[in-house]
Amino acid sequence: MKVVLQNLTKRFPSRNKKSSEEVIAVNDFNFEIPDGKLIGLLGPSGCGKSTALNLISGLLKPTSGRVLFGDDDVTDLPPELRGVGLVFQNYALYPHLTVKENIMFPLENLKGANRLSKEEMERRVQQAADLVQIGHLMERKPSEMSGGQQQRVAIARAVVKLPKVLLLDEPLSNLDARLRLQTREEIRRIQRETGITTVFVTHDQEEAMSISDMIVVMKDGVIQQIDQPQSVYDDPANLFVAKFLGTPPINVFEGSVKNGRLFIGSDDVLPVSGVADRPVWVGVRPEGFVLDENGPLQCERIGVEVMGRDISVVAKHPALSGISIRAIIPAEHAPKVNGNAVCFALKPYKVHLFERDSEVRIREGGVQHGTP
Amino acid sequence: MERRENNLKAWLYLLPAMVFLGLFMVYPLLDVFVYSFEEGYNSASQTFFGVGVYNYSYVLHDPYFLQALKNTFILVVITVPVSTILALVISVALNSIQTLRNFFQTVYFLPYVTNTLAVGLVFMILFKPTAYSDGLVNLIIKSFGGTAVDFIEGPYWAKMFVLCFYTVWTVMPFKVLILTSALASVNPDYYNAAKVDGTSKWRIFHRITLPMISPMIFYLVITGFIGAFKAYSDAVALFGTNLNAAEMNTIVGYVYDMLYGDSGGYPSFASAAAILLFAIVMTITCVNLTVSKKHVHY
Repeated sequence: MKVVLQNLTKRFPSRNKKSSEEVIAVNDFNFEIPDGKLIGLLGPSGCGKSTALNLISGLLKPTSGRVLFGDDDVTDLPPELRGVGLVFQNYALYPHLTVKENIMFPLENLKGANRLSKEEMERRVQQAADLVQIGHLMERKPSEMSGGQQQRVAIARAVVKLPKVLLLDEPLSNLDARLRLQTREEIRRIQRETGITTVFVTHDQEEAMSISDMIVVMKDGVIQQIDQPQSVYDDPANLFVAKFLGTPPINVFEGSVKNGRLFIGSDDVLPVSGVADRPVWVGVRPEGFVLDENGPLQCERIGVEVMGRDISVVAKHPALSGISIRAIIPAEHAPKVNGNAVCFALKPYKVHLFERDSEVRIREGGVQHGTP
Repeated sequence: MERRENNLKAWLYLLPAMVFLGLFMVYPLLDVFVYSFEEGYNSASQTFFGVGVYNYSYVLHDPYFLQALKNTFILVVITVPVSTILALVISVALNSIQTLRNFFQTVYFLPYVTNTLAVGLVFMILFKPTAYSDGLVNLIIKSFGGTAVDFIEGPYWAKMFVLCFYTVWTVMPFKVLILTSALASVNPDYYNAAKVDGTSKWRIFHRITLPMISPMIFYLVITGFIGAFKAYSDAVALFGTNLNAAEMNTIVGYVYDMLYGDSGGYPSFASAAAILLFAIVMTITCVNLTVSKKHVHY
């Protein structure tokens, strides 16, 4: 079932009674989630991700705009008639019910013609439990399970009624790092096996990148970019997206374009074409630095962090906007980093230019992209 | 070594509380138990005739005690469920309204902070017929074509009705307060999850809300039982001090009468009645605890 959002907007009245200012949590959303895909809604805290999710689930009514499931307009339907499964950040498992009773709960709500026979319910519950691999824990109470297992129960409860759309609200944020890695693969597997269109809210860019078919990056209720994970990283639409994705984050310099050359501070680093002379922001991914004694970017070395396969060179540059540069280079080059100065050459396809005022990506020509 | 020192310190800190508890709680309790077996104990001369179960036998054959026992049981059986269920209904209603919630919360809490005498006065105006008026309730009954009933000095059921009404009225505010805060503390995600799954309102209430606040309900039921068994002052406020004559005595009232009332000066009988009350309350509480194991979810 594809999901279409048309001009979707949600305004909340201001918390502060004195000011009449409204908070726009979701501002004019337009996008289509293709059938059977997993979409990651990504953005910092308070950007309206969860609001967007609740608008799809029907728990919130939009101020304006429409929500379509397939060709059906569901904007005015209450959540129970939309056929959505929702997984909450804290799982919201009923603590007094066993795993089996929890998963069966949505099925027991069905009435009339939709009501399943007892055997059919049992079968569906077992099926859902087996899908998330907790079939052997049916008689446990939620409090007797680990966080990861509780998460699985929550997913089983959401998929047992075969929803058209599965919505996950920060499903991994209550898990420890190792479990998070495991569970996100699990979510991906479950999504693939069931083929349910899934929307996944997270503030963790790595999480979003690793399992989504498409990423929607949000900021202050406004969509910044919708693209495949790799494209969002390689081809950011603006400085915010570039900064938000990637660890360590992108290094941002004050730069300028003069006569077809890109300057970072006074260092003439790369040729550019088709860009008029102007001040710009220059974003360089950490892996975009190449250690080169004769490289054009002259930095002051602060330190080196060893990470095993790679090393991270921490350095300073007068034109840097931020505290320090982080450059990731292969570990075998470590011995070359000594002394107070370190010079880099830049990989052109890892360098992005942004307008100084609007912070929008400068695309025409820009840095001459070699083959990545 | 250090452990032992710590133990000593702990006991030292506990000492003041232990001394007071021992002196004013444990010792009197044991004493009451002893009195209840001492036949014909006289507190002035500190003498008694013998040891045995005569006190219990006397109390259990005393028609006043049996009347008090009956009254207390009726009071408990009616007021505990009625006040708890009413409080639950009111709390759920309070929890689901937005406008004027604070106003209604205050209204429902007023009886708790109102002076007992003032409440008594209100009940007089409501129920007591005087030379000038039949009381508000009787006026209403009459306007519907009924005949006036004397609720204060009339038939037994009318007096019992007033006593139950009064008790429910005075114990409910506290229950409403506890239950509204219990309801407010249920995580709204549970309701959202249930809503997405298409759960009916009634099912949400009895499958989610009730189990979630069951510890609080259980607490109110237990304390409600104990409180109702100990009822006395409410009856006095309504029917005056001669409760035996009004057929409205309670067990605690009987104990009081045996000690200080017109027929007073019988600490042995009073002790026996008090021990009987203790046994009843203890039994009921144990039954409550056993039943609750199945239905209360912590």
